Amino acid sequence: MLSIILKLIVAAVLAGTPLLFGALGEILTEKSGNTNLGVEGMMYMGAVSGIAGAFFYGKAAGGAPVGVVAVLIALVVSFLIGALGALIYAFLTITLRANQNVTGLTLTIFGTGFGNFFGDFIAKNAGGSLVVTDGVKAMFKGIAIPGLSKIPVLGTLLFNYNWMVYFAVIVAVVMAWFFKRSRVGLNLRAVGEDPATADAAGINVTRYKYVATVVGGGICGIGGMYISMVSQNGVWVFDCVSGYGWLAVALVIFATWDCNRAILVALVFGALKIMRLYVALPIPSQFYDMAPYIVTIIVLVITSMRESREHAQPKSCGTNYFREER
Amino acid sequence: MSSVKTEKKTPLIRMIKRDEITQKKTWMIRAVAILGALITGGILILCLGKNPLQAYSDMLRGAFGSKVLIQETVKQAIPLLITAIGISFAFKMKFWNIGAEGQVLVGAIGAGYWAFFYAATLPKIPLIILMIVTAMLFGGLYGLLPALCKAKWGTNETLFTLMLNYIALYIIKYLANGPWKAAGSSFPKMPMIHKGVRLSKVFGVHWGWIIALVLVVFASIYFNRTKQGYEIAVVGESNNTARYAGINVGKVFRRTMFLSGALAGIAGMLQVAGCDYTITERTAGGVGFTAITVAWLAHMNPYGMLGVAAFIAVLERGCNQIETTMAIPASVSDLLIGIILFFMLGCEFFINYRLVTRGGKEEQNA
Repeated sequence: MLSIILKLIVAAVLAGTPLLFGALGEILTEKSGNTNLGVEGMMYMGAVSGIAGAFFYGKAAGGAPVGVVAVLIALVVSFLIGALGALIYAFLTITLRANQNVTGLTLTIFGTGFGNFFGDFIAKNAGGSLVVTDGVKAMFKGIAIPGLSKIPVLGTLLFNYNWMVYFAVIVAVVMAWFFKRSRVGLNLRAVGEDPATADAAGINVTRYKYVATVVGGGICGIGGMYISMVSQNGVWVFDCVSGYGWLAVALVIFATWDCNRAILVALVFGALKIMRLYVALPIPSQFYDMAPYIVTIIVLVITSMRESREHAQPKSCGTNYFREER
Repeated sequence: MSSVKTEKKTPLIRMIKRDEITQKKTWMIRAVAILGALITGGILILCLGKNPLQAYSDMLRGAFGSKVLIQETVKQAIPLLITAIGISFAFKMKFWNIGAEGQVLVGAIGAGYWAFFYAATLPKIPLIILMIVTAMLFGGLYGLLPALCKAKWGTNETLFTLMLNYIALYIIKYLANGPWKAAGSSFPKMPMIHKGVRLSKVFGVHWGWIIALVLVVFASIYFNRTKQGYEIAVVGESNNTARYAGINVGKVFRRTMFLSGALAGIAGMLQVAGCDYTITERTAGGVGFTAITVAWLAHMNPYGMLGVAAFIAVLERGCNQIETTMAIPASVSDLLIGIILFFMLGCEFFINYRLVTRGGKEEQNA
């Protein structure tokens, strides 16, 4: 029994990590007062560019790529391409004042096309499939941390994951500190809550919005890279992100815009995603697959009924800030 | 105010809100934006080592090359147009219904129920009517649910409607795997519907196109000539203004979202009875999302949506064509639609504002 629970938790952590990346990126974006519904799109962009980066590096290295370099390339490229998607969004909403919802949706359509198109295109030119070498794949497998991983129960539970899991947690903790303790983070929150006041206080609203949105997009891109490199094991699969980005947007609400809480919520949703394999209930498998979405709706309704003021979305989310139209 | 620093000097480029703009200039700016999008797409194709001019001409040939191809293009435009009209009902009141995909699917399920199980027992005309009514009911209720919660508790409708898409998808997977599985099939899929239920063709395309055109006129009258249409517009402008004017905002949400979902349901019924003759996970096939862009590009104007839906259908058919002739994956259509919409979203700025450089010399669009 214990071993099954252990396996369930480990699998939940692995399935929850891309959700955590997506949610963290979106939290950063929303803290600046932009609701970017393009998370799904940016994750697709990161997913395809990360795997493509590692793939082309492998080709250039003549079939003997250095694992660490491939990892760094995948990380940097997926971040940059995710950030590029967010930059389009930022330019349209911040500078050109386009509607945030529609621009975000468009980014999702664009990004989904971007991912599937380039994934297919590169696969076709590479002779059928876009796959990274075994050496690179191994870099995204779990690492048994020497010593610690030998501790009974705790070792399996905490010290056997791939590096991206730890990276996600570190990003979450750093971001939580950033929002609560750093001057820049507090300024950013001011921008998200009330841009006019922040502007009057001498904060460069536009710059804060741009940087937060673009970096947020980059983090979403890394989440996408996790899907292609870890979840799909270094093989490009058509439509691989399939809804993870949207779940991440929902996670932001359940985490009440709190990065530490996001870790926990991502774990719960990771568990819902993989529950079918570990918990046998007498229902058809499709109902298991529905579970994360049904739970999302239920939690959405419950949180809206509670209407807590303290843990709410940054107030200016959804509306663009024009200095002249105060 | 990006890139404009607040210093004592006048900034290099300022933006000024336009007081008025001529119709001609508006269309000029839009044409420039479309051209810019097509050029950007062309550059992309060029970067892949393909000839963009050949790609665009192949796309046109794929959409208009023969009578059959034109009919296919029209067939592609039908669900897009009807769903877009449905979405515009919700978007006009700033209710972000991105669940049209799911509403199309449950509409298909509602229609499929009669088509699968009563094709032998009922005559065609009542059967078709039952299919349409059930599809509208299913789609409508699927749209009503998030509206109920939004009206009562202010639940975020964007995520609610979106999650319903996935639930509808898994319901279809469940039906295809179990209760509605085709007899004798080893693969989880639903049977083909009986020949007698399939919609007959008018000018080579199932008569769904007539419904689509009727709905365009209906929506236009509803938006501009009825009290309910006016209420939608007021709620869209401001919920508080609407309340002050004595409009029951919750009621408008519920009624309009039911209509919105019901229209998407019709699109689902037409896909089943006129196009695919069965239900699969691909029955909606992204229509719910593409229709959002159609509605938005047309500024929720039903006649505009007719044009935009046709344009997008041409684009999608064209992208299928270049997949075979030029080995460019068909998913390029999403990419191109995204680029076009980015440009169109951006160009609205130049319709509402004009740029003034420091010397006072005016700079028209960019």
